[in-house]
Amino acid sequence: MEKTKIAKGRYWKANLRCVGLLLVIWFVTSFGCGILFRDWLDESFPSVGSAPFGFWMAQQGSIVSFVLILLGYKFWMERIEAKLKQDEEETR
Amino acid sequence: MTQDTWNFIFIGLSFALYIGIAFRQRAGSTSEYYTAGGGVSPFANGMATAADWMSAATFISMAGSLAIGGYDGSRFLMGWTGGFVLLTVLMVPFLRKFGKATVPDFIGDRYYSKAARFVAVICAIFICLTYIMGQMRGVGLVFSQLFGIEIATGVIVGGAIVFFYAGLGGMKGITYTQVAQYCVMAFAYTIPAIFIAIALTNNFIPQFGFIGYYTSGEEVVPFLEKLNTINTDLGFSKYTDGSLSKIDMFCITAALMCGTAGLPHVIVRFFTVKNVKAVRTSACWTLTFIAVIYLTAPTIGAFSRVNLIENLNNKSYSDTPAWFQGFEETGQMAWVDKNGDGKIQYWGKGKSESGKSGLVFVGKPTFEKGAKGASGEKVVTNKVVTENPNELYFGNDVMVMANPYMGGLPKWAIALLMAGCIAAALSTAAGLLLVLSTSISHDLMKKIVKPDLSDKEEIKYARFASLGALLVAMWFGINPPSTFVAKTVAFAFGLAASSFFPTLLMGIFSRKMNKEGAIAGMISGIVFTMAYIIFFQFMGGTKDQYFLGISPEGIGFLGMIINFVVAFSVVQFTKAPPKEVTELIDNVRYPGGQETAAQDH
Repeated sequence: MEKTKIAKGRYWKANLRCVGLLLVIWFVTSFGCGILFRDWLDESFPSVGSAPFGFWMAQQGSIVSFVLILLGYKFWMERIEAKLKQDEEETR
Repeated sequence: MTQDTWNFIFIGLSFALYIGIAFRQRAGSTSEYYTAGGGVSPFANGMATAADWMSAATFISMAGSLAIGGYDGSRFLMGWTGGFVLLTVLMVPFLRKFGKATVPDFIGDRYYSKAARFVAVICAIFICLTYIMGQMRGVGLVFSQLFGIEIATGVIVGGAIVFFYAGLGGMKGITYTQVAQYCVMAFAYTIPAIFIAIALTNNFIPQFGFIGYYTSGEEVVPFLEKLNTINTDLGFSKYTDGSLSKIDMFCITAALMCGTAGLPHVIVRFFTVKNVKAVRTSACWTLTFIAVIYLTAPTIGAFSRVNLIENLNNKSYSDTPAWFQGFEETGQMAWVDKNGDGKIQYWGKGKSESGKSGLVFVGKPTFEKGAKGASGEKVVTNKVVTENPNELYFGNDVMVMANPYMGGLPKWAIALLMAGCIAAALSTAAGLLLVLSTSISHDLMKKIVKPDLSDKEEIKYARFASLGALLVAMWFGINPPSTFVAKTVAFAFGLAASSFFPTLLMGIFSRKMNKEGAIAGMISGIVFTMAYIIFFQFMGGTKDQYFLGISPEGIGFLGMIINFVVAFSVVQFTKAPPKEVTELIDNVRYPGGQETAAQDH
């Protein structure tokens, strides 16, 4: 019983770590590149095709990264869950 | 064949398909009515969610807002897709594990209180109603465009169709109709974009054409540079620059994101899949399907702006293409010959005396019956603004609709686009109607007013409720409180951001949050947001009175912060939640025992 509890605690922590990291990426690609630092990025980053970098991130790049973030989330969580299952089976 | 024939064929066929599917898949039990019995595949649910979530506003107005706002329009792009990330990683897996049919269900159980459930129900009804108004308006617009009828008549026709298949089919029925609707929408949106991309940039992938070169002019220049030149020549700010302040842009985007994550009709869609793992897979599919449309929208906006200006600016009225007069007929475009030269001039606010406004006239165009101006144009009765030289009025909604005409697309492509517009409006309206009706029948009637309701009676109430809700929505669709579709929807997001999102988030991630805190937070968040919006929308508040320069669209973000602050302060002085509730939270957090379908209740 005690051991399952520890396994579950570890699972929740891993989940929070995963979500936290992905949300940092989420914030940087959208608010960061698209809004807060876009002027600076427009000037100092290479443009995408003929579009300034910050503008492109705001209109296209952020959306592409969101899709990738969700893909990452899916596979990462599946790994964490597999670990939890393993832990639970060991305690049984 | 004429355009009308093509339109009838495409729209007739698509309707037959939707109603056929709804009829075959109609719901028999409450579980099927609310969550389609919990057995939809992640892929199908992904498509259905994408259709549910992509509203008429997205489909019809968004490209228009992008065309007019340029960079400013990015707030919609990032806001609506980015919110989906929040929804997936913070909300749905846990709510799915909880396994009840509605969002107020979770709030009611998690905060162990009828009052919390009641506040949640009211919020849900309010959000859905605001949102559905925009949809009905969208349906009305398309119908009026197609058949030359009044927008009001169009709204009524659209409403009748939605009621027929959402009320009948329940969640099970609309899930599969939405799959069909997504397919129609995706083709309808991307095909015109491809044609126009080839015409303007000689690149058949619109996203590459957008960052590529403009090839249909005399010299080859980067496309965005061409657009910037056009804009600055006419007195607009650069397309890639935009004019919103950073803080406003930030707040609006944040409000849209958090709002998306709190939209009850999107959350319930994930209750229809088998388990938590399927929820995550399904979310990946959904966002991929959404991205197909969202990556195309900015290209349509940019292309159609170039096309519109090339087609109309500095042309005499008699030389304008036939579609211009068509849009004049429905009041979506209008022209006032201010300088009397018989030519249409389109100028931005940079050319006005004050440098502030490019309005042609005050308000939406109303025409003097039967009157024709010197060039044969329809005469507006609005008060004409003389401080600036701009002569051309067009609604945001027109951009997508006029796009295929401007690009000279084949007739079937135009008909397909029309069918797509209707699919977008219908699919979202149906999803919302379902949440509205379940909120009333399940959360209000069964859980609060009359607990001994039988399964059959509950569905009956649900169907009545959807009729009532639809009538209200139709009334507002005919008399919209805000000027264009995207705006009304933006407000629904503000309200969702300030009520549901923070409350659900605290319900899952904080074990200390109790009912007093949650209720106080929800009420203060939504009251603040609503008061702010109402003050600026209906009571004549002006721009310089904005708090910190945040427009009503972005105020939901502040409302959310207020919700958090109030909730956590109240928790300090009140009792901790009971043991059953902390157990419930622990249970929701772990994926174990996940093979159970959504419960019958």
